[in-house]
Amino acid sequence: MLLNVKELNVFYGAIHALQGISFSINQGEIVTLIGANGAGKSTTLNTVSGILRPRSGKIFFNEKDITLTPAEEIVRFGICQAPEGRKIFATLTVLENLEMGAYTQKNKKDINDSLEIVFQHFPRLKERQNQLGGTLSGGEQQMLAIGRALMSRPHLLLLDEPSMGLSPILVEEIFNIIQDINSQGTSILLVEQNAQMALSVAHRGYVLETGKVAISGECTELINNPQVAHAYLGAH
Amino acid sequence: MEHERLNFKDRIIKGKWIGKLFLVMIALLAIWGIGSKAIYNPQLFIQQIINGLQLGFVYALIALGYTMVYGIVRLINFAHGDVFMVGAMVSYFAVGVFHLQQWPSAVFPGIPLYLSLTIGTITVILLSMIVCAILAMVIEKIAYKPLRNAPRISALITAIGMSFFLEYFGALPFVFTPNFIPYKRPFDIVTWYVNNGVHQLQAGKAPPQGSVIFSNILLIIVLVTIILVLALTYIVQRTKVGKAMRASSYDKATSRLMGINVDGIISITFAIGAALAGAGGVLYATAYPSVFFWMGMIPGLKAFIAAVLGGIGSIPGAFVGALIMGQAEVLAAGYISTPMRDAISFSILILVLLIRPTGIFGEPEAEKA
Repeated sequence: MLLNVKELNVFYGAIHALQGISFSINQGEIVTLIGANGAGKSTTLNTVSGILRPRSGKIFFNEKDITLTPAEEIVRFGICQAPEGRKIFATLTVLENLEMGAYTQKNKKDINDSLEIVFQHFPRLKERQNQLGGTLSGGEQQMLAIGRALMSRPHLLLLDEPSMGLSPILVEEIFNIIQDINSQGTSILLVEQNAQMALSVAHRGYVLETGKVAISGECTELINNPQVAHAYLGAH
Repeated sequence: MEHERLNFKDRIIKGKWIGKLFLVMIALLAIWGIGSKAIYNPQLFIQQIINGLQLGFVYALIALGYTMVYGIVRLINFAHGDVFMVGAMVSYFAVGVFHLQQWPSAVFPGIPLYLSLTIGTITVILLSMIVCAILAMVIEKIAYKPLRNAPRISALITAIGMSFFLEYFGALPFVFTPNFIPYKRPFDIVTWYVNNGVHQLQAGKAPPQGSVIFSNILLIIVLVTIILVLALTYIVQRTKVGKAMRASSYDKATSRLMGINVDGIISITFAIGAALAGAGGVLYATAYPSVFFWMGMIPGLKAFIAAVLGGIGSIPGAFVGALIMGQAEVLAAGYISTPMRDAISFSILILVLLIRPTGIFGEPEAEKA
């Protein structure tokens, strides 16, 4: 098991945001967390990334306990997040943004190889590499956010709402690239509001409701689950 | 039509044009006042510009630290001026007490004097820079880091407290004493005058009427500052640490997600800013040769004004702002009266805050989406 999250409890002050969430990711999988606004999807990602501290519960990555490891160390273990809202460094160029993604990498040649891989996935970033990050369009910023996360050569890529604010064609494009990245061996934890899209690319899914896992299973099962279909896929 | 009238009304209510008109009038008045005197006596005017350049370059070294620290932690580090004072004091002890500037001659006896003094002076400057960098990192660790997530006003008040601590600790009899101390320069001053060509001024003699004088101190200040600013620009623009500094100043949480040790980067930023102030302290003491526990106060505030004028957080802004401040102060002292220079400096601060709070190069902070 690549990532194993056990009984995670996270609080924002007095608000009990995650109420005993457990889930796991196997090597090579795409796992998606879906759910409504405020269900705790981003909170879960930020806890795995080390930005938030759980009050109780454990996170294991490759059997190693990383629960209390600070965010900047977690990247070195091979987990990297493309955060919600892209969070591009607007005042840095595209290339500098990518270099920041490779901040933990020491070997120049490895960094250049990663850069080649990112430019293969996102040729548009190569054209715009000397432009400031803030001048990119929403779709390009999303590509940059994912590319930047890939620069750390993660074993596990955390994607928070990659479809947010993008046109349907761009969403399609981004999700195709996510599948490509996965097929080259990177496991992915995908947080999405666009449940339809998420369930169509992921292997397994967890449905979160008010800080708890409500339903979980293979995506093919979830799509056919009447409860999921009714609440998240817009079926009547 | 209706729309336009509304706009016009809005503009009157906001009164922005009054501010601009006021500014234009002040500028015209200054140009008229200085211009007429400059035409009347061009040598004096050029002399003032040169003196202003010398002061402006020293202010630039201090202002860069203010602006860099503000850029990354949004804190006006009021103790920065006192770090500058410590830099001057370190060089006072190094030169006046330990004769550090003579070490190359002591170690390599046959070495030419000018080479020995050049290396010795560089050593003195480097020593002050290192001591100031370490001091600033310690201050950051004990005074500001625990307040990282506290309201900004808490850190600001702590910075003022830290400033007073450094000053009055320095005033203790066994530290720097509460007195003015004459400063011994690491090298001798050489003065030239320009009057039908450049001539060296003999010690104790007055230059002929109508000549402009400058010294090796001016040249050294300009040279050292330009080298340090170029080095800083290189670090910030090209190196990994510099890029991480810019990333962290833009978004700390995301920087941590990239594996950047933000606390370490903040510490380095304080160290670099303080090292520049340390070098500024040595140069300032060389130019105006006396040191005093309070000497960081006014230059620190002036450099702070320079950073605000240029747009706080902007490195080129701090440099340009400092050069403007140097000129404003020297012209005010020369053409109005010496005590007026401080009044003019602080008036500039008030005007900038009233009319363009973001400064010359600053951008409004609201664009982060």
